[in-house]
Amino acid sequence: MNQTFASIQIAAPELVLTVGALFTLMLGVFRGDRSLVPLTWVCVLIFAIAGFAAVTGVPGLAFGGLYIADGFSVFLKVLILGAAAVSAVLALPYLATTETGRFEYPVLLVLSALGMCMMVSAHDMLSLYIGLELQSLAAYVLAAFHRNEAKSSEAGLKYFILGALASGILLYGISLVYGFAGTTDFAVLGDATRSTGIMFGLVFILAGLMFKVSAVPFHMWTPDVYEGAPTPVAAFFAAAPKAAAMGLLVRVCVEAFGGMTFDWRQIVTFVAIASMLLGAAGAIGQTNIKRLLAYSSIANVGFALIGLAAGTIAGITGVLFYMAVYLVMTLGSFLCVLQMRDADGRPVETLASLAGLSRSRKGLAAALAVFMFSLAGIPPLLGFWPKFAVFTAAIEAELYLLAVVGVVASVIGAYYYLRVIKAMYFDEPGPAFAASNSAVNAALIGIAALVCSPLGMLAIGPLAGAARDAATALF
Amino acid sequence: MGFPVLSVLILLPLAGAAWILFSGSAENARWTALIVTLVELAIGIALWLGFDNSTAAFQYVENLPLFAPYFSWHLGIDGIALMLIVLSVFLMPLCILASWTSIQKRVPEYMAAFLLMETLMLGVFASLDLFLFYVFFEGGLIPMYLIIGIWGGARRIYASYKFFLYTLLGSVLMLLAMLYMVGVAGTTDIRALLTYDFDPAAQTWLWLAFFASFAVKMPMWPVHTWLPDAHVEAPTAGSVILAGVLLKLGGYGFVRFSLPMFPEGSAQFAPLIFTLSVVAVIYTSLVALVQTDMKKLIAYSSVAHMAFVTAGLFVFNTQGVEGGIVMMLSHGVISGALFLCVGVVYDRLHTREIARYGGLADNMPRYALFFLLFTMASVGLPATAGFVAEFLVLTGSYRTSAWLGAGMTMGIILGAAYMLWLYRRVIYGKLVHADAAAMPDLSMREAGILLAAAVPVLWMGIYPESFMKPLHAPVASILARVERAALLLPAVVPARAGPAR
Repeated sequence: MNQTFASIQIAAPELVLTVGALFTLMLGVFRGDRSLVPLTWVCVLIFAIAGFAAVTGVPGLAFGGLYIADGFSVFLKVLILGAAAVSAVLALPYLATTETGRFEYPVLLVLSALGMCMMVSAHDMLSLYIGLELQSLAAYVLAAFHRNEAKSSEAGLKYFILGALASGILLYGISLVYGFAGTTDFAVLGDATRSTGIMFGLVFILAGLMFKVSAVPFHMWTPDVYEGAPTPVAAFFAAAPKAAAMGLLVRVCVEAFGGMTFDWRQIVTFVAIASMLLGAAGAIGQTNIKRLLAYSSIANVGFALIGLAAGTIAGITGVLFYMAVYLVMTLGSFLCVLQMRDADGRPVETLASLAGLSRSRKGLAAALAVFMFSLAGIPPLLGFWPKFAVFTAAIEAELYLLAVVGVVASVIGAYYYLRVIKAMYFDEPGPAFAASNSAVNAALIGIAALVCSPLGMLAIGPLAGAARDAATALF
Repeated sequence: MGFPVLSVLILLPLAGAAWILFSGSAENARWTALIVTLVELAIGIALWLGFDNSTAAFQYVENLPLFAPYFSWHLGIDGIALMLIVLSVFLMPLCILASWTSIQKRVPEYMAAFLLMETLMLGVFASLDLFLFYVFFEGGLIPMYLIIGIWGGARRIYASYKFFLYTLLGSVLMLLAMLYMVGVAGTTDIRALLTYDFDPAAQTWLWLAFFASFAVKMPMWPVHTWLPDAHVEAPTAGSVILAGVLLKLGGYGFVRFSLPMFPEGSAQFAPLIFTLSVVAVIYTSLVALVQTDMKKLIAYSSVAHMAFVTAGLFVFNTQGVEGGIVMMLSHGVISGALFLCVGVVYDRLHTREIARYGGLADNMPRYALFFLLFTMASVGLPATAGFVAEFLVLTGSYRTSAWLGAGMTMGIILGAAYMLWLYRRVIYGKLVHADAAAMPDLSMREAGILLAAAVPVLWMGIYPESFMKPLHAPVASILARVERAALLLPAVVPARAGPAR
């Protein structure tokens, strides 16, 4: 009994989210869709409480080793909950104007966040799978949230089928590992002797997880789903689940397969190189800004994986730092995309429609320019520093080839970010966008742009320090 | 730590840019930019007057660990950095004045971009932290990209992409080398790295990585092709800053990093530099001869002059290195002034085709006079800045290798040919084009700008010691640093450093 109580205490953030999800679901059922706005803010409050519980919570193993709360999981939970809260708020104007204003939206976000928190706290293959599935199921529904629109339904279906396949592969890998090592517990697995069977299991597990972080060669769903899903949902997909899946991947590699670093490093190195190059090259021909951002996220995952390939504390620090900054940049970019609406308020997504934005909407253009230069990794913007961190780790680990490919890919990638800036600043203005319809979103854009601007460099110290503490918890 | 004068120098233009963007109006933007750049000039002169020329140590040092653990706000200058800072703050007000009436589109953004540019350039020269240097070095791409892309000519978009991606590719390799250096030496402090002895085998790669960056910035043949495009498409003031200061970043990098940090690497690759320099001098001079676009011609002449800088820096003797630095200063003023001269006629006729002019001596005598002075300075006429620089570099190169000296001298002859021919076609002859004949002579503002540029050109030519005094001590310390590697040099050079073609 005492043990159960202690476990519940350790898992307090998840508990808050569970109760919160059920509570908001009930509230929504009884009050109907008109409660969307207050419900959203209630969900933000739930995220805040869960985040507070995570930060102040007790570290330790719970539920007989299924669940762990440590510095690593806390760091990621703060990122996930923050990104989920922003995703909930930024959707409000969109939901109100496109006949998708149903109360399930924030509730699904809470459920998804619960799955993600479970993912980063998983200390066993089974809890890993449960967390991943909970997150994914909520995500499939969200992708098809604009159910009257064919593109959205298609995105949801596509995501579901491919996601289910990836889950199957993952589960198969888990069963192989269980068969050969006789355990699903990360701590025990970490000491298991290396064998061919476990190797096979490792490959399948990594394939399943790479799908979730949308790394090449498991990236095909990303551009289609981002394009088809409603823009706020795409913003959510690009942010929180990426951080959660990356955290999960890191923990599986470092904790469960810590004895096989040499083996998974080869896979991770290949995937990193492929993602960076394909993410950079694939984006060049895109004319839709959401697809462009999808390829950008593929490339960014590749850069973050450089840190994992290094496999050192510095490397994992780089991954965490990277994800933190990436969340801000990508949410900021999607917030700007949400502002792209024609005079009648309908969303537009083509790159060409950005032409001359620097004259019609100075502030918006400047903010998007900051995000683009930041994503391209040009100093002194904040986006340069996570790249700096992972390259430092790669050089320290003597992965010179990986580092050189990385910087070359970042130059190729710079080209398509520049295209966005070119459209906004160099081209003659086209039809103007509708005026901003949400002060909250405008404020969020402002904050994100400020963080990514050179002023954000002042945050390097605390952020890198926190990431380092979190990474140290894994070793 | 006393008054943080370098921080003020760097941050003042940034504050000016922010003010301009917030306040809006074009007139306000022009005046703010002018006042800020003039204050910067005053601070620069004050730095120069208060500078202790007797030591190679870095002065006005500030160190704030603002961005720990990655890097710190660490500033300080030696004589070389000082002179380049003086050059930058001198050219800036001229650029603002030159854009006074010719830029009518989005004036506040333009002035803000220039002030931002000034911040970043000064930051490069004043950084004492490796990564702070990189941040400023790389950050300069953003405003320059915008300046070319928004206010440039017809093919501005192509030119802006080419400029950005070319220089970015060069610098990211340098970044990796920097990460390696910091990993090995355990510090980001440039002063500590200057005395750290890297393994000679590693130096080869480090030198090449830095070379990739600086050679593109310089630019050296064969990676110079971005420069003519960027110059032709950039607005006049953009060209001035590009030629006057941005090209100096490469040379400064060679002096600050490549030479003293990798002496063995530098000696190993000196023959490569000499070959590329000689090829550049002769090849780009020949290319300049056939240009029909005034700006493109001057752009190619810049590449040729930069080859003098690289050759001078790597001959490992006092004349060569000091000559290379003086070449940077003199070229900064002279080519800047030449671009201003082109800008004067471009503002009137909106073409840079040489054939559209001719006979301007008749209707624009004052313009002809100034243009003549700067043409002669570019050719290297004694009593102008160009002569001092070229003479020193030639003396230095001849001492190391007669072949090198001979090759570089060819450049001077060809330089005289293309510059004088340009002058003849534009200024002399008959006024055949009616619209060219109708152009008025220099306005007071234009005459003032060109007069201000003429003063240092003559001063540096007549009494160069004023400009060279701060250089002696740091150059001597760099040479002391590379002395051990210089022994490797003579054995290699005469055999390989011929004017290979």
